[in-house]
Amino acid sequence: MNRSFHKSQTLRFYDCSAVEVKSKFGAEFRRFSLDRHKPGKFEDFYKLVVHTHHISNTDVTIGYADVHGDLLPINNDDNFCKAVSSANPLLRVFIQKREEAEHSSFGAGSLSRRRKALALREDGPRRRAHLHIGLPHDFRPVSSIIDVDILPETHRRVRLYRHGCQKPLGFYIRDGTSVRVAPQGLEKVPGIFISRMVPGGLAESTGLLAVDDEVLEVNGIEVAGKTLDQVTDMMIANSHNLIVTVKPANQRNNVVRGSRASGSSGRSSDSAASRHSLPATPALLPLQPDDADSDDEPDVVLEGVLEPPRPAPRPPVNGAGPASARDGPAHRLLSSLRADPRHSLALPLPPGAVEEHGPAVTL
Amino acid sequence: MRRFLRSGHDPARERLKRDLFQFNKTVEHGFPHQPSALGYSQSLRILAIGTRSGAVKLYGAPGVEFMGLHRETNAVVQIHFLPGQCQLVTLLDDNSLHLWSLKVKGGVSELQEDGSFTLRGPPGAAPSATQITVVLPHSSRELLYLGTESGNVFVVQLPAFRTLEDRTISSDAVLQQLPEEARQRRVFEMVEALQEHPRNPDQVLIGYSRGLIVIWDLRASRVLCHFLSSQQLESVCWQRDGHVIVSCHSDGSYCQWPVSGDAPQPEPLRSCMPYGPFPCKAITKIFWLTTKQGLPFTIFQGGMPRASYGDRHCISVIHDGQQTAFDFTSRVIDFTVLTEADPAAAFDDPCALVVLAEEELVVIDLQAAGWPPVQPPYLASLHCSAITCSHHVSNIPLKLWERIVAAGSQQHTHFSTMEWPIDGGTSLAPAPPQRDLLLTGHEDGTVRFWDASGVCLRLLYKLSTVRVFLTDTDPSDSLNVQGEDEWPPLRKVGSFDPYSDDPRLGIQKIFLCKYSGYLAVAGTAGQVLVLELNDEEAEHSVAQVEADLLQDQEGYRWKGHERLCARPGPVRFEPGFQPFVLVQCQPPAVVTSLALHSEWRLVAFGTSHGFGLFDHQQRRQVFVKCTLHPSDQLALEGPLSRVKSLKKSLRQSFRRIRRSRVSSRKRRPAGPSGENGEAGAPAQARPRPLQGQEGAARPERAGVQSMELAPVQRRIEARSAEDSFTGFVRTLYFADTYLRDSSRHCPSLWAGTNGGTVYAFALRVPPAERRMDEPVRAEQAKEIQLMHRAPVVGILVLDGHNVPLPEPLEVAHDLSKSPDMQGGHQLLVVSEEQFKVFTLPKVSAKLKLKLTALEGSRVRRVSVAHFGSCRAEDYGEHHLAVLTNLGDVQVVSLPLLKPQVRYSCIRREDVSGIASCVFTKYGQGFYLISPSEFERFSLSTKWLVEPRCLVDSAETKSHSRPRNGSGPEKALDRTRNSGSQSDGEERRPGRVMEHALLNDERVLKEIQSTLEGDRGSYGDWRSQRVAVGYSLSNGGAE
Repeated sequence: MNRSFHKSQTLRFYDCSAVEVKSKFGAEFRRFSLDRHKPGKFEDFYKLVVHTHHISNTDVTIGYADVHGDLLPINNDDNFCKAVSSANPLLRVFIQKREEAEHSSFGAGSLSRRRKALALREDGPRRRAHLHIGLPHDFRPVSSIIDVDILPETHRRVRLYRHGCQKPLGFYIRDGTSVRVAPQGLEKVPGIFISRMVPGGLAESTGLLAVDDEVLEVNGIEVAGKTLDQVTDMMIANSHNLIVTVKPANQRNNVVRGSRASGSSGRSSDSAASRHSLPATPALLPLQPDDADSDDEPDVVLEGVLEPPRPAPRPPVNGAGPASARDGPAHRLLSSLRADPRHSLALPLPPGAVEEHGPAVTL
Repeated sequence: MRRFLRSGHDPARERLKRDLFQFNKTVEHGFPHQPSALGYSQSLRILAIGTRSGAVKLYGAPGVEFMGLHRETNAVVQIHFLPGQCQLVTLLDDNSLHLWSLKVKGGVSELQEDGSFTLRGPPGAAPSATQITVVLPHSSRELLYLGTESGNVFVVQLPAFRTLEDRTISSDAVLQQLPEEARQRRVFEMVEALQEHPRNPDQVLIGYSRGLIVIWDLRASRVLCHFLSSQQLESVCWQRDGHVIVSCHSDGSYCQWPVSGDAPQPEPLRSCMPYGPFPCKAITKIFWLTTKQGLPFTIFQGGMPRASYGDRHCISVIHDGQQTAFDFTSRVIDFTVLTEADPAAAFDDPCALVVLAEEELVVIDLQAAGWPPVQPPYLASLHCSAITCSHHVSNIPLKLWERIVAAGSQQHTHFSTMEWPIDGGTSLAPAPPQRDLLLTGHEDGTVRFWDASGVCLRLLYKLSTVRVFLTDTDPSDSLNVQGEDEWPPLRKVGSFDPYSDDPRLGIQKIFLCKYSGYLAVAGTAGQVLVLELNDEEAEHSVAQVEADLLQDQEGYRWKGHERLCARPGPVRFEPGFQPFVLVQCQPPAVVTSLALHSEWRLVAFGTSHGFGLFDHQQRRQVFVKCTLHPSDQLALEGPLSRVKSLKKSLRQSFRRIRRSRVSSRKRRPAGPSGENGEAGAPAQARPRPLQGQEGAARPERAGVQSMELAPVQRRIEARSAEDSFTGFVRTLYFADTYLRDSSRHCPSLWAGTNGGTVYAFALRVPPAERRMDEPVRAEQAKEIQLMHRAPVVGILVLDGHNVPLPEPLEVAHDLSKSPDMQGGHQLLVVSEEQFKVFTLPKVSAKLKLKLTALEGSRVRRVSVAHFGSCRAEDYGEHHLAVLTNLGDVQVVSLPLLKPQVRYSCIRREDVSGIASCVFTKYGQGFYLISPSEFERFSLSTKWLVEPRCLVDSAETKSHSRPRNGSGPEKALDRTRNSGSQSDGEERRPGRVMEHALLNDERVLKEIQSTLEGDRGSYGDWRSQRVAVGYSLSNGGAE
C-alpha cells in the first residue's frame, strides 16, 4: 500500500491523479502527494505522516481543511478517503499532539477564523471514563428546528443549511387543499404540500420534513394566496438558506411545551389546524429577509482578468472537484474555476497560487 | 427603528408617490381580435365593431374611440345604431339585446350600457320562436322590429325594451293575406331581411328565407305586395327612392323587383348571376346605390364560382362597366357602404366601401378612379405578420421623424388621397406632448414603425430586411400580376399576410438610435443588420461578416437551422433605412440581445452561445466571447433538440389550461349553461334546466378529481452551474464609466447571461479624427458571478448623482445634462430574482432587493423610466419600471431599490402578453392582449395617452359639417367649441403651458427644434390657445 504514497519534490507539477498534500506540524511543513483514486488506508497514511514529520513516537491527531475551510478529523479509512477525494487541489493536513488537542477545534467553524489557534480534537470518547456526547459544533449542521418557543405546537420551522452540502435539497411540492377552522365552520383552502422526497437528499436526511406536510411559510413569508410556481420560485431563491415552516402531517412527533403529556397530540388531520395557524407577527421579525442577508452568499467578482500570456493546460473535467464550494472567497473562486474550464483560459493561476490570496482575487 | 420606517410609512413620501405614480390602462391599439359584427351610423359617422369576446368598440374621427364590454362574454352578432341618436343596440349570440348609449359626462362622452333584454315567447313555445335573426331599429326612434327564426316579427319599445305584443307581425297573419300559390311550402321559415321603406316609415319589407318578400303596411296591418323568388333569400336592399328592391340569393344570383302598389305580385325586372353560369356561392349581402351620374353601383359579397373560387373572400363592385372582385386574405365578417347621410337626398352617391374582415379593416375609395384603398388612421392590423418583438423610442427628434414619415409616404402611394371618411365625434385629448415611435419586428423579416404618440397607432413606415437575403419564394410578386387579366376580376386588398417565406427571417431584436438614425436589427438565424437612414433610393452591396461565437470550442454540432444566405452583389434599396453591414453569428442561433452605440459606432450582439462586438465604422469585428458552459449540450445543438424542454412546457401549458378550465367552470353560474342546453332542441323544456345544471357540475368534479390523481409537482432545487442555457446572453449594455480605476473612465461593454454571470469589457475607441485608422480594442476587465445564478435581465450604470447614464449622443445633442463623473458610479444588475447595486470600479455589493425571495415573482421586463410629478411641474424621478412573471407592474426606486407601487396589469396565465411587454422612457407601456392588439398602460400621473372625445347627438351636427371639408380650420373650430363647453377642458392646456415654461428639459427641446428649423408640420391643427401651451413642449406648432 505504501506504493501509493510518493514523496513529491516538484510540487508545481500538476498531475491529474496525484493529490498534493501539505502537512503541517507546529511550524513545520512537509509536502508529499497521494494518489487521488487509490489513497490507501488510514493506518498507512498515519504511519507516513508520523514518519515524514519524524514524530513516530508521539501520539498525534490528524486533521485536514476541507473546501469550506473547516477543520475536520482524519481518523479512519472513510474520512481519509473523503479528505483525499475532496482535496481541491491541495490537501492541507494539520497534525497535533494528542495531549494538546482541544475538544472544540473540529467542526463547522471556519478554519480561517481559528487559524491562529489551531487545535485538533481527539476523536476518542472511549478514552474517557464517562460517556461523551459530541458537541453540536463538532459537526456541520444540515438542518435545525428553530423558533420552537414562538410557534404553535402543531407547526415546525425547519432550517436547511445547504452551505457546502453536496446533497440536493431533494423535495417536491404540490398544490392541495387544507381544512381550516373558520367562524362559519370548517372551510377548505388551497395549500401547498410536500409531495415527494428525493432519497438521499438533504430534506430526507434531516428527517424533519415529510411527504404531505403543509408548507405555511418560506423564510418568514406566508405562502397563503401564492401559487405553486410562486412558492417554488421563493424556495429556490432562498435555497442557500431555506427556512420552511410546515404543519407536519404526522403530529405525533411535535415538540410539546408546558405540562401537557406527549400522548395528547395524536396524528392530526389537516382539519386540526388551530385558528392561530400562523404565528403572531413579532415571531416573524427574526426572519425578515434583510436580516437573513448575513447568510447570503456574496457574488464572485473577478477583476482585471487579462489575456493569458500563454494558454494554460486545461484541467481535467473529471468531476472530482466539488463544483460549488460555499464559503471563503478564495475557495469559492478556486472551486468555481475548477468547475468551469472556461476560466482556466482567462485566469492561468498555478494550482498553488490560491493559497497566497493572490491579487487576482478580491471580494 | 429605521426598519419600521423603511417600508413606506413616511407620509411625505406617500404623498409624493401619489403625485408620481398612477396606474391606468388607457387605450387598446390595433385591430380587435376575432371581430364578429360591424355597425355604422350614417348620422354620427361612427363605426362600431363587436367581437366574439363581447366587446363593442366605436371609432370615429382619429382619436375618437370608445370601448364597452358586455357582462356576458358572448359573441356580438349584430350592431345597430338607432337612427339619429347616440345609441346602439347589440345582439349577442345568447339571443340577448343590449342598449348602449354615449352619454356626456364632464365634457367627455362615455359609452355605457343602459339595459338588456331577452325576447321571451309565450310559455311552451319552442326557443327558435324567439331566436332573433334580424333587428330593424325603426326611424321613429323608439321601436325595434325583431325578425325571428319562427318567421314572426316582434316589436319592442325602447328604451325600456317593452314588448308590444299587439303589434307582432306573425307569419300566420302574413300568410293569410297571401294568395294560395304563395302560401304553400312557406310555413315556418325564418325572417332573413327586415327593412323600412326609405321614404315612408309606415311600410316595412319582410324577407323570408325561402324566397318570399312582402311589403307590410304597419298602419293597416296588411300586405301591400309580395315578391316570390324561386331561390333561398340571403339579403335585400331597398333603393333610396323606394321604387325598386334588390334581393340576393343563395345560388349566387340577384334580382331587381319593381315596387308599386298597383301590382301586388310583380315579376322581377332583371335577374342576374354575375359569376355564372357554373354553380356559384351565395351572395350574402347586396347594395344597389344610385349616383348623380346615373349609373348605379352594385356592391355585393360572395357569389363566386363555387368550384374554382369558392374559397375566396370576395366583395365585388360593379359600376359603369367596371367590375372588381376585391379579394380579402381573411374571412369577410360584414361590410357597409358610406353614402349620402341625408335621407332626403336624391342619390346615394357612395363614397367608400368599408369592409370588416376577420383580421383587418379595409376601406376602399369609390370616388377615385381604380378604387384605391384608404389608409386607416387606426385599427391597424398589427399582426399582418406575427409580431416577434417590439421596441419603443420616446421623444423622437423632429428631423428624424420627418425623414421616417417621408420614407413611409413613398411606400403609401397606392393609398387613396381621400380624407378618412369615418370622422364622427371630436377628440378632446390634448395633443401628444412628444413624438414616440413603436417599432415592431415581424416574423416575415419586416420592421414596422408606428406613430405611438397619441391614441391612434398609425403605420409610418415599413422596413423589410428580406431583400438582403436569398429566399426561395422571390418571384411571388409576379404571381399576383398574372392573376390580373383572369375572370373573375380578382384584386387582392389588405395587408394581412400571415405566411412567412422563411421563419429564419423573423426579427428578434431592434435597437434604434434616435439621434443618428442608425438602426440595428437582429433575427432568428443569427443575422445582425446595421442600417442607416437614407432619403434617396440607393444600390449598394452589404458588407458581410461572420462572427464565430464558438471560437475554439470543438466537437459540437449545431443541429438547428442553417444561416441565411446573403444576396451577393449590390442590392437596390428604397428610401428609408438601408442596411450596410450584415453580421452573421455562427452557429446561427437566434439573437437574444442587441445594443447599439451610435457615438462609438459599435454594435454588440449576443446569442445562446456568446456575444460579440462589431465596429460598424471600420466594418471590423472587435471581439467575440463564448459564454457557453461546456456541459450545456442543449444550447450547443440548437433549437431542434429542445424537444425535452418543449415537451415540458407543453405539459405545463396543458396543465394550466386544464386548471383554468376547472376554475372557470367553478366561476360560471349554472344558469346560462342550462339555457344553452335548452336552445339546442325544441320541446321537452321541463327537465332540461336540471340536466344542464348537472352537466355543468359534472365536469367540475371531474376536473378536481383529475387534479387529485395527478398533482402538479415542482422540484425544489438550487440552480447549479450545470443548468442548461446558462450561456444565453440576456442583456448587453454600453456605458462610459469607471471600470478599472476611479481616476479614469472609459467606454465599456457589459453583458449578462442566463446563468447569472456579468462580463465587463473595457473598450478603447480611437478619437474621432483617427477613428478610421486605429482599431477599437477591448479587454475583459471584470466578471461577476451572481451566486443565486438567476438570469441577468438588466444592467445599468448610475452616475455620481444616482442618475442613469444618458443615452449615446443625448449629451452631444444638448438634450441631457452630462453625467456626473465626479462622484462614484454604481452598477445595477437586475436578475430575474434580485436587484443588486454594486460600487464601481471596485465591484462590491452595496444594496439589494430580493424580489423572488420576498414575493415569489420573477422579473420579466425592466426598464428605467422618468416619472414626472403631476403637481410640481419640474419635479421628476428616475425609477425602474418592472414587469414580473405574475403580470404585475411595479416601480422600484433608484438608487435605494425600495418597491414603490405595485399594480396587477396582465393575467399571469397570459404568457405572450407578459413576454410582449415594452416600457417607454416615461412610465408607459404596451403589451399584446391578442395577436393583433396592444394595450397601452401608464404608470405615470403625467404621461397619459387616452382617448377623450365628445360625440354630439345627430341633431346638432348633421348638416353643420361639410363631409370632406378638410384641414386645420375645421379641427380648430371643433377644438374651440369643445373648449367652451367645459371649464375643466380649458384649464388643462393652461397647466401644460406653465409646465412647459418651467421645465428646462422642454426648453432644451424647443431650442433643438428651432435649430432643426422646421415649424408647423407637426400638430399644426391645434387651436391657437393650446398651441401656445405646446409651442415650447415640442416646437411643432406656431
